[in-house]
Amino acid sequence: MSKQKIKVIITKVGLDGHDRGAKVVASQLKEAGMEVVYLGMYQRPEGIVKAAIEEDADVIGVSYLSGEHLVYTPLVVEEMKRHELDDVLLIAGGSFPPEDIPCMKEMGIDEVFRGGSLTKDIVDYITENVGKKG
Amino acid sequence: MARLKDSPDVMVRKMLSGDRRAASRLITMIEDQSELSNELMKLIYPHANGSTVIGVTGSGGSGKSTLTDHLIRKFRALGKRVAVVAVDPSSPFSGGALLGDRIRFQGHALDDGVYIRSMGSRGYLGGLARASNDVVRIMEAMGFDVVIVETLGAGQDEIDVIHVAQTCLLVLTPGMGDDIQAMKAGIMEIADIIVLNKADLDGAEMCLRSLQAAIHCALGQEEQSWIPQVVPTVAYASRLEDIRGIDELVTAIQDHQLYLHESKAVEEVKAKRVEQELALVFKDEVERLVFNGLRGTGKKQRYVEAILEGKTEPYSVVEEVLATFLKGDVVK
Repeated sequence: MSKQKIKVIITKVGLDGHDRGAKVVASQLKEAGMEVVYLGMYQRPEGIVKAAIEEDADVIGVSYLSGEHLVYTPLVVEEMKRHELDDVLLIAGGSFPPEDIPCMKEMGIDEVFRGGSLTKDIVDYITENVGKKG
Repeated sequence: MARLKDSPDVMVRKMLSGDRRAASRLITMIEDQSELSNELMKLIYPHANGSTVIGVTGSGGSGKSTLTDHLIRKFRALGKRVAVVAVDPSSPFSGGALLGDRIRFQGHALDDGVYIRSMGSRGYLGGLARASNDVVRIMEAMGFDVVIVETLGAGQDEIDVIHVAQTCLLVLTPGMGDDIQAMKAGIMEIADIIVLNKADLDGAEMCLRSLQAAIHCALGQEEQSWIPQVVPTVAYASRLEDIRGIDELVTAIQDHQLYLHESKAVEEVKAKRVEQELALVFKDEVERLVFNGLRGTGKKQRYVEAILEGKTEPYSVVEEVLATFLKGDVVK
């Protein structure tokens, strides 16, 4: 039994107010036929996971642009674990040093897309990996 | 992707006992019109009754979500548990959707007494999604006291919400036309409460009078029927103290609910909803049966060709097909 539409939560976490990138990605995933729930800025990990549960989301996409990725990633991952969201993909996009990527993956992010990534890469990654986790 | 980890029976029992993940997955199954959806709805339906269902409709950008946010807060303060179905349009080209209503509900992001589900319309006309009514039924079964149904941006004729909600709010803003617009049929007629939002804008006073005049003109058919209230509001302002009319709106909703229950009109509203559900399920099932029956026979293609060649037309074809089916050879 496969789902008709891929549902994606796009959000920012913490106090960073740069939302242009998140909006661009949300809009591009919509163009790719996905249903995108846009949560916007200033979210807390608990709120993001509550939304993912209520929306029965397949993917959570978090946008980081202010160097907060190593602080918030473990909190989001922990909250996902607490609610057993083990089949939901967690992806991150934005601006962070390449040397942080192994650490982010170690923390539990499934894939990262730095500035300069192509929309197609994000869409392909989601399409190929959705439903395979957990 | 959507997998039903347990049997329908177990999933429904989990949902009834308050398991949100089970509930959310059930909603997805219904939304996707999975082959299990009929079976699931049969199990859910007997538990789905008793919520106050409030509809919120109006044009895109009129303030439906922001008002809904205020309503959630007020109902929570009254100790009610609140669920929201928020519909936004799906793209007719990609099939995707940007569901942006949740961004207005951030004040409730951590409140377990609130459950919010966004839905893409997926090509369904009428201001809601095909599955919206069933989703409201699921939320009723989950035991929410209040269910708010927020339509996509609706113009003049998207009135399906009236079949789902007991109390219908139509959100308007100043500057959307003259008094003739207010007198037109369609969406203007379904409102139990007209909310004139952004009432701090120029022209609000005139608009308010036009609406009241239009309602007054339309009165007089039935003596006891409810007279739609017009409530001016300012749902968003940069200073909190400039927000206006929210308490009055909640009072109007409570007055309408009181009217429905005292006049027994609520029974009529419930009966109409069931009638509409029945029609919807009938239409879907007959269509499904007929098309499934025709599948693989090559008949559908032959009908299309015959119509193109001018040998027949759709009306005779449907009569012929239905006559065969209704004899009972194919319909089991």
